[in-house]
Amino acid sequence: MATQDIIQRSGTSQATPPAQARVGGVKQIAKLFDATKCNGCKACQVACSEWNDLREEVGSFQGTYQNPASLSPECWTLMKYNEIEDQGKLRWQFTHSACMHCADPACLKACSTSGAIVQHANGTVDFDSDKCIGCGYCASACPFDIPKISAVDNKAYKCTMCSDRLAVGLEPSCVKSCTTGALRFGTREDMLFSAEKRVNELKERGFAKAGLYNPEGVGGTGMLMILHDVTQPETYEMPKDPQIPLSVTLWQDWVKPLGTVGLLATAAVACLHKITVGRNIVEEDQPGYQPPEDKAQAEEEAKK
Amino acid sequence: MTNHWIDIKNSNVVIIMGGNAAEAHPVGFGWVTEAMQHNNAKLIVVDPRFNRSASLADHYAPIRSGTDIAFLLGVIRYLISTNQVNFDYVKAYTNASYLVRDDFDFHDGLFSGFDEAKGEYNKESWFYQLDEDGYAKVDETLEHPRCVWNLLKQHVERYDFATVTNITGTPIADYQVVCDAIASTHTKDRVATFMYALGWTHHSKGAQNIRSMAMIQLLLGNIGQLGGGVNALRGHANVQGSTDMGLLAQSLPGYLKLPNDKEPTLAAHLAANTPKPLRPGQTNYWQNYPKFYVSLLKAFWGEHATPENEFGYQWLPKWDQMYDFGKHLDMMYRGKVNGCIVQGVNAINSMPNRNKNIKALSNLKYLVVLDNLSSETATFWQNEPGFNEVDTASIQTEVFRLPATVFAEEEGSIVNSGRWMQWHYKGANPPGEAMSDSEIVSGLLLELRRLYREEGGKLPEPIEAINWNYTDPHNPSSIELTKELNGYDVATKRQISSFAELKADGSTASACWIYAGSWTEAGNQMARRDNHDPSGKGITPGWAFAWPLNRRVLYNRASCDVNGKPWDEHRKIVEWKDGKWEGIDVPDFNAKLNPQESAHPFIMQAEGVGRFFALKLLKEGPFPEHYEPVESPIGTNPLHPNVVHSPVLRWFEGVKDTIGTKEEYPYACTTYSLTEHFNFWTTHCRLAAIAMPETFVEMNEQLAAEKGIKNGDWVKVSSKRGHILTKALVTKRMRPLQVNGQTVHTLGIPRHGSHNALTRKAYSCNVLTTEMGDANTGVPEYKAFLVNVEKAEV
Repeated sequence: MATQDIIQRSGTSQATPPAQARVGGVKQIAKLFDATKCNGCKACQVACSEWNDLREEVGSFQGTYQNPASLSPECWTLMKYNEIEDQGKLRWQFTHSACMHCADPACLKACSTSGAIVQHANGTVDFDSDKCIGCGYCASACPFDIPKISAVDNKAYKCTMCSDRLAVGLEPSCVKSCTTGALRFGTREDMLFSAEKRVNELKERGFAKAGLYNPEGVGGTGMLMILHDVTQPETYEMPKDPQIPLSVTLWQDWVKPLGTVGLLATAAVACLHKITVGRNIVEEDQPGYQPPEDKAQAEEEAKK
Repeated sequence: MTNHWIDIKNSNVVIIMGGNAAEAHPVGFGWVTEAMQHNNAKLIVVDPRFNRSASLADHYAPIRSGTDIAFLLGVIRYLISTNQVNFDYVKAYTNASYLVRDDFDFHDGLFSGFDEAKGEYNKESWFYQLDEDGYAKVDETLEHPRCVWNLLKQHVERYDFATVTNITGTPIADYQVVCDAIASTHTKDRVATFMYALGWTHHSKGAQNIRSMAMIQLLLGNIGQLGGGVNALRGHANVQGSTDMGLLAQSLPGYLKLPNDKEPTLAAHLAANTPKPLRPGQTNYWQNYPKFYVSLLKAFWGEHATPENEFGYQWLPKWDQMYDFGKHLDMMYRGKVNGCIVQGVNAINSMPNRNKNIKALSNLKYLVVLDNLSSETATFWQNEPGFNEVDTASIQTEVFRLPATVFAEEEGSIVNSGRWMQWHYKGANPPGEAMSDSEIVSGLLLELRRLYREEGGKLPEPIEAINWNYTDPHNPSSIELTKELNGYDVATKRQISSFAELKADGSTASACWIYAGSWTEAGNQMARRDNHDPSGKGITPGWAFAWPLNRRVLYNRASCDVNGKPWDEHRKIVEWKDGKWEGIDVPDFNAKLNPQESAHPFIMQAEGVGRFFALKLLKEGPFPEHYEPVESPIGTNPLHPNVVHSPVLRWFEGVKDTIGTKEEYPYACTTYSLTEHFNFWTTHCRLAAIAMPETFVEMNEQLAAEKGIKNGDWVKVSSKRGHILTKALVTKRMRPLQVNGQTVHTLGIPRHGSHNALTRKAYSCNVLTTEMGDANTGVPEYKAFLVNVEKAEV
């Protein structure tokens, strides 16, 4: 973790600024998934397991080409298959499902543990499993339902964008293995440029609603998706308007700061009180003190 | 492929039909998406299923399995009737203008010369009219009523839109779109490619399916062009190589012929197989057949092949009928075979009518299986309740399992679909006692030799004479073997650099003449890895070696007109300029000839032109004709009810009883591969098993509703030959088709069912399939048969 390019850490007070020295020189990267070029071959899914040494259980047929049934600690990339009828024409849509690497990651925000989730200067969101305590806040906060908690070690896992490959100048393994050019990788700027060009081409080819899925609710994503119909991302099993859950925002942006303020304020008031009023005198602590009941009883007896 | 994978990027229209490239060839399919994005190509997919290829198509048209010929002949009729034909190409480079004998005829589903008793044709009339010099007569005006052009027009006249769509079930609107897309490439600046695979070969008329498409490509002038051609996608990394090496039952390496019993001498064999030119001034390349043949015999028998003993010709077996795998299984079934060596195939799961094959293998005395896995073939005798129910005690077959290497555990060359011979190096040592196939086979040969020497036996000569001069006779190296395939001068041992150097006098040897040039005195050309593409058209002359002679696009003389001018400036492969030929690819013709003299691009044909009329080469007839699958869901042929299916099929004894009718088995069924698996092999591979853990049957929503079947339910699928239990995948991607006044439902079953692998135990789809197959090749009709389906309780 001596990369010195971490720009955000979970569970860390904003008062401690992240390393900044190298950040200016690091470009934002992005993975571009073009659903209109994907043939659903699962090379990305298998390459992900191969590179990251993941071996999910051999499952069973569940009424779909999609296998395993869902993302898991042993499956970080999953192809999803949906049959859609659009104006009488059938479309078999494939979704490359993996971490979206949000610019504003809900998982990182929700994480309770210092440095268990980090964001690198290039924009990727990474889990440091050694620090993970398995609270599951990331999993419940993620609007894309990506992080999964392992039943074996009770830690959260997800796509790292092959951060180990990126560190030595390679593209993620899914991109490397893509057979049709549906997955591309590069600087965010380049990918946005290519995407815009491609979307225009698609519109000329008759996909009037083609567009780029790069939801603003999470600050934009490090995986960009070109969809045949960007007005209906639900048909790709993608949320229409993903947001960081209100509870996470409230907790991180309001309750926690308020908590900090509250803590400081309490301390300040205490100090002020000490200076102005002096220390509190508690009767019970004084020598010769008698509890009130005893006192009352004694007074009663005296009257008698 | 006449062309190659990268070349697909040059296409304007890509038609995937009889294959599913995105599913079965996902890497090569990348060139389709490349063509679509950077060449604005249109992708058309025609298939019984809306498959992975269809998912990216500009247009998908459904078709009833087994009706491709009707579909394609309808396209031909449309092209001709709308004048969307490259007439310059058709007149110069096809046999459209050739006159056919007057006694050739077609009537009510049968061509002239049918012998009903034998179930085959006397093909005498299927030929050109010859002049006194033995050359075919032509009428360049295309007006003569007996010229191929007019016979073709007459033949396809019946295939109008209404007739075609009534047979295929394709909605007319979809058919129109497909026809228009294909027709758009009749202009000189547009080219289409057809990508096909087992979806066309796995039929009782597979060869004619492919011919129908090739005829369309000729009409449009698309053969010999960048982005065009006739492109068979090979399903295994080295299927092209095994075919080149004589995989088919009647082939020898380099597409030479295994002799038959009508050719008792070498001279007779050479005379029967060396064509005479059918037009003046022909290259007629097969005139060199004797040079290739004698050089092959020299490679086989070495110094023992001499002119006096016909170069060992008599040591070759001579066939009386086709002994393909299907024939052998039938002979085993009848107890006529003692032993069988199974190499490179999981026979029991791959061959049709599995229940019959279990009995066939059970009749053997011994079975030897060379495989890197414990396949179901090697364990066919083990009882596996539900999946492989056999009475083990009653099976007396002795089974030997010889563990073999996989390709990555040995070095050598692999020939891809585009004829590229690519050398690869060993990636890992084989596990345990596994040996390469060549080491195992060498061991068998040397042991046989020892036994012959010590104990004697019938016909020891060929075993003794085999040329086995390898450094280590027990383990010939891949280098030695490939150098032998290339060929050498016998006296000097100099590697030849072209098959033009081969001679018929025994002074040269070449074990596969088409590979000449792959390992020359300059070294291993297959190991070259210069991917420089000077033209930008995907022609990479320095990358590996493409047979023949490093040509990347076959028949490339047809890329320009009779005068040597490219049809399209942007598609220039070769060009006649300043009195000589120049271009980006190795000319596939005699470049010493001027344009007019070389204007016969199809140099392997005796008349140098592409054939709409196929002469006597195929068993069904010189023109394709629609015949129903052997098991037809409509039970009739709307074109000629008296001839429902191909009249020349091979019927083994008793097979008629295994053919179901639509009354008993009302649904059409087809089988196919999934991207996640390679045959049965990867069911043993954990990542592939995770990605697709279990097989299923795909069916449409309407049929599922009628049968009360829900997605994921267990179902029983049965044919006349057996039944399987599997789970249903109810999908919009399958749809009922309206055919000849009835609704035809099609079911689809992936072929990856294994019961001793990492995937869930499953039945092989080949419990259901029929052994009836193509009359020319024996390839079974895996893609079109009849079944019934019902919900099952498991």
